[in-house]
Amino acid sequence: MNHEHKISNWDLIKNGLFGENTIFRMAISLCPAIAVTTSLKNGFLMGAAVLFVQTMVNITVSLLRNFINPRIRIPVFMLIISGWVSVTDMTMAAFAREAYRQMGLYIQLIVAFASILARAEMFANKNKVVPSMFDGIGMGLGFMFALVVISFFRELLGRGTIWGYEIVATKPLLIMLLPTGGFFAVGILMAFFNWIDIRFYGGKGAGGAGGH
Amino acid sequence: MEAVKKERELIVSVSPHIRSEESVTKIMWTVNIALLPALFMGVYFFGLRALFVTALCIISAIASEWLVQKMAGREITISDGSAFLTGLLLGMNLPATAPFYIPIMGSFIAVAITKQLFGGLGFNIFNPALIGRAFVLITWPRAMTTWIEPTAALTGLDAKTTATPLGILKEEGLEQLLEIFGTKMNLYAELFVGHRAGSLGETSVIALLIGAGILLYKRYITWHIPFSFLGTVAVLAWVFGGKDPETGKLVLFAGDPLIHLLSGGLILGAFFMATDYVTVPTVRKGQIIFGIGCGLITMLIRLKGGYPEGVMFAILLMNCFTPLIDRNLKTKPFGFVKKKEGK
Repeated sequence: MNHEHKISNWDLIKNGLFGENTIFRMAISLCPAIAVTTSLKNGFLMGAAVLFVQTMVNITVSLLRNFINPRIRIPVFMLIISGWVSVTDMTMAAFAREAYRQMGLYIQLIVAFASILARAEMFANKNKVVPSMFDGIGMGLGFMFALVVISFFRELLGRGTIWGYEIVATKPLLIMLLPTGGFFAVGILMAFFNWIDIRFYGGKGAGGAGGH
Repeated sequence: MEAVKKERELIVSVSPHIRSEESVTKIMWTVNIALLPALFMGVYFFGLRALFVTALCIISAIASEWLVQKMAGREITISDGSAFLTGLLLGMNLPATAPFYIPIMGSFIAVAITKQLFGGLGFNIFNPALIGRAFVLITWPRAMTTWIEPTAALTGLDAKTTATPLGILKEEGLEQLLEIFGTKMNLYAELFVGHRAGSLGETSVIALLIGAGILLYKRYITWHIPFSFLGTVAVLAWVFGGKDPETGKLVLFAGDPLIHLLSGGLILGAFFMATDYVTVPTVRKGQIIFGIGCGLITMLIRLKGGYPEGVMFAILLMNCFTPLIDRNLKTKPFGFVKKKEGK
């Protein structure tokens, strides 16, 4: 894993945003990506919460990586993650009440996100603090980006609004608000990003994600 | 020279040695023809816009098939009648008042997403026409549940909206239904002819049965799925369909199976959609299980669910089980011994 150190911080962020995007590339943490993305506001707040938790968890794990016994690392990671999730949860409960009422459950569920534990285990546990922080920012931004794009289309097509403001007076495609529509949105956007990757960057699409 | 002649006398080839005259194209077009009586009745009862909705469905289904096959660089197979059949079936499952975007979107979802994206004819998991209908029903629930009274006038412009018999049965009960149709015999007769509100091609039981008879006679479909489907519905309707008119409580063995058999999309679904070769089990025993499962889910939705009609969801849900049923009921080769687990 030594070569990771030579990668610039910008590359780490780009990797999180595109190369190993949680939703469109890894296809993990799809449950929140479908559950909370019925409105742009919720998608954005959820993404912001994950960005914060991911960054702080990566920093903490990286700081503590020499003190954690490898045998019990996963429980320790879980404790760290749940600590930061509690911070996020309480902060949102205090300052964003309306949104918290709608998605409080999913904020608590961040504890169980595969993407956060995976980065703690795969990256922060093996790298220094600064690269770990940028990896967390990249991964969090990638997740947020995905959620914002998904919820933008779902809110626009399902409700005819964006961030609560009316764009068209009808509800063009009600199905987009249902979980079915969420999967449609994720699938179509995934295909779109694969197409861009194959067409303009000579990639292999999500199937070749390991090569990035 | 002698050797060459002898070679010709003995033809060595791989099986199959006997070929049937039947082909996908021929079967598909026969099914299309078998559906025409019901479509004719739909146009007769709901006016020319029923024909318009169906035609729009067929055109968009064929256009979707052509578009996807062109984009994917596959062979264009729009003349084999399968896209035509999907469009026709979808059209017959729509209300005659459906606005123009419903047939177009429904056909696109049915053919492009459900069929072509999974690999084309023979590879789809779900019945394309039903997925198309499920999509438009969920997306535009109001337009999809606005039914008009059959007028038997060609234009049908001033038709009144009303509920389907199953909707009335569910919301207001049998008494209300009898009040509208008069006597019970009259109700049966009207349902049998198709003089009732509903999707444009599902109402006329007699016309559908004529089409089903053609398919059964030609042996394009067998009795297994339709009859186990209808039988299960009838038994369950008889056992659990009865209600005490005063208290509204369930009375066992007092239901009316005929109303349930003759209304909704049951006949159309059982004979024309639950018998789709691609999405149902091929094993006979499995087909009976498939039919019983369809019947169970249909009656569960009709009696307890949120929708008045459940044939569509029943067939789609049982489509999911098709691979499971087929795998477990596969005919074992003669003398086959199952490998022992473990050691």
